Amino acid sequence: MFSRAYKAAVTLPPLVWVTVFLLIPYLLMFCYSFWSVSESQAIVHSWNLVNYGDLLRVDVYWQTLLRSMWIAARVTIFSLLLGYPLAYFLSFSAGRKKDLLYQLVIIPLWVSYLVRAYAWKTILGSDGVLNTLLQYVHLTKHPLEFLLYSPFAVVLTLTHIYTPFAFLPIYAALEHIPRNLVEASHDLGATPGQTFWKVILPLSIPGVVAGATFAFVLSLGDFLAPLLLGGPSGIMISNIVVSLFGAAYNWPLGAAISFCMLLLVVSLLFFSERLEKKWSFS
Amino acid sequence: MASAADHESRAPLLSIRNVAKLFGKNAVLRDISLDVAEGEFLTILGESGSGKTTLLRIIAGFESASAGELWMGGERLDHQPPYRRRVNTVFQHYALFPHLTVEQNVAYGLRVAKRPEAEIASRVEEALEKVRMSAHAKSKPSKISGGQQQRVALARALVNRPRLLLLDEPLSALDANLRRQMQVELKSLQREVGISFVFVTHDQEEAMVMSDRIALLRSGDLEQVATPREIYSRPATAYAAQFIGHTNLLKGEVCAGVMHCGLLAWSAPLPDGPALFSLRPENIRLAVANSAIAGSVRVRGKVRHQAFHGATELIRVECSDGLLLVVRIPGSGVSAEDVELEFSPSDAVLVRESSERI
Repeated sequence: MFSRAYKAAVTLPPLVWVTVFLLIPYLLMFCYSFWSVSESQAIVHSWNLVNYGDLLRVDVYWQTLLRSMWIAARVTIFSLLLGYPLAYFLSFSAGRKKDLLYQLVIIPLWVSYLVRAYAWKTILGSDGVLNTLLQYVHLTKHPLEFLLYSPFAVVLTLTHIYTPFAFLPIYAALEHIPRNLVEASHDLGATPGQTFWKVILPLSIPGVVAGATFAFVLSLGDFLAPLLLGGPSGIMISNIVVSLFGAAYNWPLGAAISFCMLLLVVSLLFFSERLEKKWSFS
Repeated sequence: MASAADHESRAPLLSIRNVAKLFGKNAVLRDISLDVAEGEFLTILGESGSGKTTLLRIIAGFESASAGELWMGGERLDHQPPYRRRVNTVFQHYALFPHLTVEQNVAYGLRVAKRPEAEIASRVEEALEKVRMSAHAKSKPSKISGGQQQRVALARALVNRPRLLLLDEPLSALDANLRRQMQVELKSLQREVGISFVFVTHDQEEAMVMSDRIALLRSGDLEQVATPREIYSRPATAYAAQFIGHTNLLKGEVCAGVMHCGLLAWSAPLPDGPALFSLRPENIRLAVANSAIAGSVRVRGKVRHQAFHGATELIRVECSDGLLLVVRIPGSGVSAEDVELEFSPSDAVLVRESSERI
């Protein structure tokens, strides 16, 4: 079998990597979240819960956190509503075009995030493609202002960006369903609609849960889309964290908010894994 | 040909008419015509690649035929989607729904048909009792054995009271003992419920034990459709004779009403020309001095190989002209190397040469 030296050589690099780039930074962040900043902008290493108190007391923090979750929830729902039918079509009806269509869904992931976000800016702006078109066909007299620099723009952009992430696990789950179960269902008299609700959907739940988790977690922590397209009303919690670590120079408060988000995401991952396990039957 | 009135009174349940199936340019089934009678146990027997599963899938509606028609009870069957056909299938790997319990699996067909819950409960209970699975009603399929899954699959199909039950090699995943037991159970269950079964298998022994009739399929062609007894004692083709049981194929020439095959010769009222006969090993005996049956054919040879099969023994005898004959003798065996064999010409069955196909 493998020698001890070989085992050590294989396990050590990832272990070092995880320790240096994940565990230590998280630990530092955790420590920072209990410290504070003095009048003269120096970090004071005295342990207290002031930052966590601020998080609950100051409206803008918890409201932004809630808004971020609401945006992420909407992105999740829309990604599923787009991703599921697409995955279903590809898995069950696309036939020979399957591979080509699969690539078409994946290709946007190769395009820079920034380019895709800017593209929406060009489309949604007050003299953008959409507003120009609407005025040209006389549907509106003035540019619609809510299109850009609004939560709407953020949800739209994030949905566009994260739909492939919802699509992929759902597609994998659908591909995993033995086709003889679908045949058995038809054989027992179930119409295609009944077969979908009673067999295909229940068996694809693990993929839906994984896809929803991807879409929610990724959009919850997003800061570029709200920065570029969100405007004042579309600010998300990551923008606050970024400014606390940057211009505001309040690392301790930033760390406290980050730690709360980390906790939120980890517990979400934990529950989604339990849910996936409960719904998998192989 | 049966008269119209005769046909009317004994109309088959399922009528397969000139069905063909092409996958691309590859013909998987060629011009298959076959009737299944009410209450009949029909086995479609064939090697892998013979098209037997494709034929079953066409009946179930999972594949459509490239040509031909299916009729059931006076209606075109092949125009209906699988979920409208009063046909149920027991799948090769059972295809039980993994997210449903045994009970819910069996209830599936009744639920989608929106039967009243009280009726569903009593019919499911009855079906599970019939296959002796009541004790596992609340289990998930992954928690029960292969043989039990098989029974549930059977109950799930039969609970819908189909007019025809299709079984796609349902016993192939079971071990030999369980398989033999299930063969008997399946056959008695079929008699009890009186539903027509179309059973697909590659196992000729299974086909012999269970079937009322066997349809032997070879590379997409029907070789013979007959009762097990008939197909065994009167095989139509060399392939049928070889595929079902052991046989000796005797190839020779008929000349003036006498068949010549090496040293062997017997009278055969056939036109002159090449001919092929099948002779079962059990129809050949070790000849005893002076006890020749009138008209028997005798030949001397050397025993080359003996294989013990319990009650009987198969020996290979090389005749002096090099012809090899397989002979079934009682299990007590044979000690001599030189033997004399005899058989009655009436046991040699004229068979068609099977066309060569890959």
